[in-house]
Amino acid sequence: MSSESGRKLKFHILRYDPQTPGDKPRMETFEIEEAPGMTVFIALNEIRAKYAPALQYDFVCRAGICGSCGMVINGRPDLACRTLTAKFPKGEISLMPLPAFELIGDLSVDTGKFMRAMTERIEGWIHDESKDNVNLDQLEARMDPDTADKIYELDRCIECGCCVSACGTKRMREDFLGAVGFMKVARFEIDPRDQRTDADYYDLIGDDDGVFGCMTLLGCEDTCPKDLPHQSRIAYLRRKMAQVR
Amino acid sequence: MNRVKKRETPLSRMPARLDLAQSVSGLILGLFMWTHLLLVSSILLGKEAMHFVSKVMEMSFLSPSGEGYPVIVSLVGITISALFIVHAALAMRKFPSNWKQAATFREHMAMMRHPDTSHWWRQVITGFVMFFLGSVHLYVIITHPAEIGPFASSDRVYGFMWPLYLILLFAVEVHAAIGMYRLAVKWGVFDGADPRQSRKRLQIVERGLTMFFLSLGVASLIAYMKIGYEHREHAGEPYVSTEEASR
Repeated sequence: MSSESGRKLKFHILRYDPQTPGDKPRMETFEIEEAPGMTVFIALNEIRAKYAPALQYDFVCRAGICGSCGMVINGRPDLACRTLTAKFPKGEISLMPLPAFELIGDLSVDTGKFMRAMTERIEGWIHDESKDNVNLDQLEARMDPDTADKIYELDRCIECGCCVSACGTKRMREDFLGAVGFMKVARFEIDPRDQRTDADYYDLIGDDDGVFGCMTLLGCEDTCPKDLPHQSRIAYLRRKMAQVR
Repeated sequence: MNRVKKRETPLSRMPARLDLAQSVSGLILGLFMWTHLLLVSSILLGKEAMHFVSKVMEMSFLSPSGEGYPVIVSLVGITISALFIVHAALAMRKFPSNWKQAATFREHMAMMRHPDTSHWWRQVITGFVMFFLGSVHLYVIITHPAEIGPFASSDRVYGFMWPLYLILLFAVEVHAAIGMYRLAVKWGVFDGADPRQSRKRLQIVERGLTMFFLSLGVASLIAYMKIGYEHREHAGEPYVSTEEASR
């Protein structure tokens, strides 16, 4: 049992429902007792059950897999389900919705709309000219296991939006693609099934809204709950794109 | 949706060229500034050492009289000024372009309390400071290239330039070290097998270099101030080295 068990936790939560006419953003404070192994997500459930039945926040998996419960926890974007309350020695935790996304209400934001637009923008699917003439009786060409591992490493992205909210460039410039988009491009760039060339990728990310707009603030690298290699992959894309003639 | 999609008009390659040009100009300026401070700090080894360094920079070894060619200093000054203007112009592309962007970034920085995010803001501020103060220094050097030496420099520092040099020193050294660190992670040049570990090492190097060059700069500035104070009655008189005096 944690030595922190039983202490009082103070949650300062942003409350605002844009659907309710006249509603104004405000901070509300809730006090609950900490339980062993408590996460911010568990605490939110308790707050909603005891004090604020209308409190809006998203969750599905409760295990850091679905990416739904991203929010700003004491200033840093993170997943509520993966953040232990024991991490905060003062016992005061402020919760805000992820910035850079459309607010649904309280801590709930619409990452889906953003992620869909991002995927369409970078054309986040395998581009294969022979796809329509594929012979289904033939075995698919084998992939080198190392390449498959590299693709898997980037495919671990759960599109939680933490990297987008942690990015100062994205906050300043609305049209900036953001790290999640770069991770997708990096993923397709190493996929041998995708026939796009570097020049094709340049057309997607080769401007100041793309990889050359990235100011290397590395908020993405330092907040990604899945520890994706943002720093090295964005640098790799920058080097690749700078070499396109 | 599965075909290889081509844009009708390919994106311009200019953003790539500009990004590279910003990095390369920054790299050259950063290396120049470190070398510059190392040369300037020769005053810590004594007036004779600084005199020797200033004469070598004027390529005195090529002139029969040993006087050197101060015009070389002007030419270097003009080249650095040009590079400085190009670098500033390229860097300004990334500056907040209106109050809302600046306010959003500052709010984000306060929220995140994230070192690399704050580093960028420090670069914006120090870059802005350098744009004005650096220009003054460059103009003085370009127009008075012969007035670099143990007494000439000290007279200038003690006489009227020390507040500008003090601010400029902090702006340059903070900007250069952060810039070099950011350059390395931006292009992944020292990534090695473990880019994260490499970044941690680069952060230590960045802090170490900042402290080293700031200490060296402050010590040099104190040395120039001391010499300038002692020489105040004879301000304007050039330094005569032991070798020159024996001729």
